[in-house]
Amino acid sequence: MKRFKTTKGLIGIVLLTLIALIAIVGPMVIPPDAATKMDMLARRSPPTWTHLLGTDQLGRDMLYRVILGARTSLEIAVSAVVMSVVLGLPLGLVSGYFGGWVDNVLMRLVDTLLAFPALLLALSISAVLGPNVQNTIIAIGVAFTPYLARIIRGEALKVAQMPYVEAARASGTTDGMIMMRHVLPNIMPAVIVQATISLAFAILAEAGLSFLGLGTQPPAASWGLMIQASRDQLDVAPWTALVPGAAVALTVLGLNMFGDVLRDILDPKSK
Amino acid sequence: MKDIVSVDHLRVEFATDSGPVVGVEDVSFTIAPGETVCVVGESGSGKSVTSLSLMRLVEFGGGTIAAGALRFRRTDGTELDVAAASPAVMGEVRGNEIGMIFQEPMTALNPVFTIERQLTDGLMLHKNLSQAQASARALELLRSVRIPEPERRLKQYPHELSGGMRQRVVIAMAMACEPKLLIADEPTTALDVTIQAEILALINRLKRENGMAVLFITHDMAVVAQMADRVVVMYRGKIVETGTVEHIFTAPKEDYTKALLAAVPKLGEMKGKPAPERMRLIGDEAARAARIVPVARKKEVLLDVRHLTTRFPVKGGILRRTTAQVHAVEDVSFTLNVGETLALVGESGCGKSSCGRSILRLVQPTSGEVWIGGRDIGALNHHDLRRARADMQMVFQDPFASLNPYRRLKDQVAEPIVNFGLASGAALKERVEELFDRVHLPRAFMNRFPHELSGGQRQRVAIARALAVNPKLIVADEAVSALDVSVQAQVLNLMMELQEDLGLSYLFISHDMAVVERIAHQVGVMYLGRIVEIGPRAAIFESPAHSYTRQLLSAVPIADPSKRRFADDLAFKPIKSPIFPLGHQPAPSVYTEVAPGHFVLKD
Repeated sequence: MKRFKTTKGLIGIVLLTLIALIAIVGPMVIPPDAATKMDMLARRSPPTWTHLLGTDQLGRDMLYRVILGARTSLEIAVSAVVMSVVLGLPLGLVSGYFGGWVDNVLMRLVDTLLAFPALLLALSISAVLGPNVQNTIIAIGVAFTPYLARIIRGEALKVAQMPYVEAARASGTTDGMIMMRHVLPNIMPAVIVQATISLAFAILAEAGLSFLGLGTQPPAASWGLMIQASRDQLDVAPWTALVPGAAVALTVLGLNMFGDVLRDILDPKSK
Repeated sequence: MKDIVSVDHLRVEFATDSGPVVGVEDVSFTIAPGETVCVVGESGSGKSVTSLSLMRLVEFGGGTIAAGALRFRRTDGTELDVAAASPAVMGEVRGNEIGMIFQEPMTALNPVFTIERQLTDGLMLHKNLSQAQASARALELLRSVRIPEPERRLKQYPHELSGGMRQRVVIAMAMACEPKLLIADEPTTALDVTIQAEILALINRLKRENGMAVLFITHDMAVVAQMADRVVVMYRGKIVETGTVEHIFTAPKEDYTKALLAAVPKLGEMKGKPAPERMRLIGDEAARAARIVPVARKKEVLLDVRHLTTRFPVKGGILRRTTAQVHAVEDVSFTLNVGETLALVGESGCGKSSCGRSILRLVQPTSGEVWIGGRDIGALNHHDLRRARADMQMVFQDPFASLNPYRRLKDQVAEPIVNFGLASGAALKERVEELFDRVHLPRAFMNRFPHELSGGQRQRVAIARALAVNPKLIVADEAVSALDVSVQAQVLNLMMELQEDLGLSYLFISHDMAVVERIAHQVGVMYLGRIVEIGPRAAIFESPAHSYTRQLLSAVPIADPSKRRFADDLAFKPIKSPIFPLGHQPAPSVYTEVAPGHFVLKD
């Protein structure tokens, strides 16, 4: 089990490092117009030596597009998840720890947001704010907050009942300190797991928004946009969907593996 | 007569990440028909693994019988090698020829089946009875385990029965096919002392009537003394000593057995002693010789509780309205002197824990006053209450749950000091080191995390944390109940030592009468939220005046096989419900003073 976990973590870290490197270094070495340059003679070309991963319906190189799109996709997903944690963590923590009317008020608020499907919520926010990267981040971040808050609240509620929290209260620790020192570290595993899962969903949400024309605007490349563009040519050029799809899948896989290991690292029992 | 079971050089291994771990090794013993063999040992001694191996249930927990023979004489007289038996044969034997009772009556019954269904399933499977025959037999079984209104119970679900009744149903299930061997794995550990007495008496009677052999697994030497014909003492997967019960208790050969017996408080052994006394532990002679004379103190009241009442709402209906109230603490008054211990004893649900928490205002009392050092704790605002907590600290029952798994021990012990800004930097470190010395823990433990320590060591850390701000009062809520008996004795001794040295006052909340007799100066017996009797320890134990106190004392098993108490059926009055409708105003508690300082509740 232990060996398996370590190898799993290693794969996760290697995958994520590679993807991050590509996302950061890619735009530095690839000329910026590479993603939009059209090779009209090789439209919908399957993978060849000139176009390693093939081209799309406008003859744009899929390899360049997927590399340049990595940055946009990851930037949006990571920022959105950070935002939802920053909003959802204090909300859930306070709600779960204090319980009572505080919990009631905050959770009814969260329930209201939960009543809308996340993508629909993100769509409305994005539609109101206008389509650009920053607004996409806000839209996805806000849409994901209630899910995170709900899970954190449940965990905080559980931890707040633990005798060590009562022990801390009995020894005169203030509520703020109890939340910081006792509740927060004990709910972190759940937060990490939820955040890594959310990251995967955020990449897909960005894809969804782009698909509906509200995320990244063409001709700029993003994984979501590429998947969107591939939809009416799946039968003749399946690689146009497979390439960005594989990029999303690999990132999600890497994140999940890394999340598991991160949780173990934080657990003092595994040391 | 031929043995019904013979276990020969049993070895059980468990597969783990880091290779196989030996659960039990070289265990051999026999059980004759009609005999009760008690396997006794502390946690991790392998006693449960041994019993599970006999049923071949150990495989479901990841263990394998690596060596040895387990022979069981079947009903038809043939001998079965359990270790080599096929799953089909084991299916016939389990529940049919060997019955088993588990520790937790809550989880041993399936919550979605009626009692009838739970009882008839085994009968229809093993005895090929029809539904009607099985139902008739089920009714008969419930009668034999003396469940009141058996006809009605058949149609009920487990949650509708009390803990004691559930354990009776579990026993009825084990007895259903008239097994030749009954394995009871800690069958009374989760039960209150009066219910324990009833269940032990029931097992004794069934054994006598059916001529059945019993393998009884327990950690409690007092229960062993009451039940066993022969005893097997286990330690770390190996047998330390076997012998008849008289032999083990009067002339133990091995040091471990002697140490185990020395650590067991025996009810009645403090008779005629004016003050609490530390346990005489083997290997701890020096510490005992150092201080024997208790420091005489001027009687000075530290804690004065007046008419304390705590009620919890019972919510119901879709609007979550309060529909009734649990009267957890009802008009409780007592005083506790400086440097003394007041023990609150009672069975589960009697309100003793709620009383301790109400005094510390960890739950908000409904009414009443709690005076500590001239201040009414109940009247303090949020800020002053936090300040006042420096005077009153708490030690909790479960040393695994009362320490934060994510913080280093030194930080947890330092927390109260930091809270009150009493020390920082080098002075703080020094103080924490001093506290670790004080509770006899090596300083090297300071940088560790809770999971790296044993239960007893964790409880020492919890005590160090409680001591950190030099409190006057420590509320110890079942502080030694979750510990193994030898560790329990050490922690009790530590608490008494600290009391002598530091002049601490303890409010010692416990269900264990024998432990209370050791540590307490004053004893309050709680029942249904009220103190029914309170007075000096000697008065309560030697001349109990309230019927409930007498009932409680008569139910305690004594760790002495010459004083057997549970031969015949016992039926104690079941405890009533503390839930009352809204607006119910109970009568105030009125006491008669039967002797100086000894008060009894008027009924």
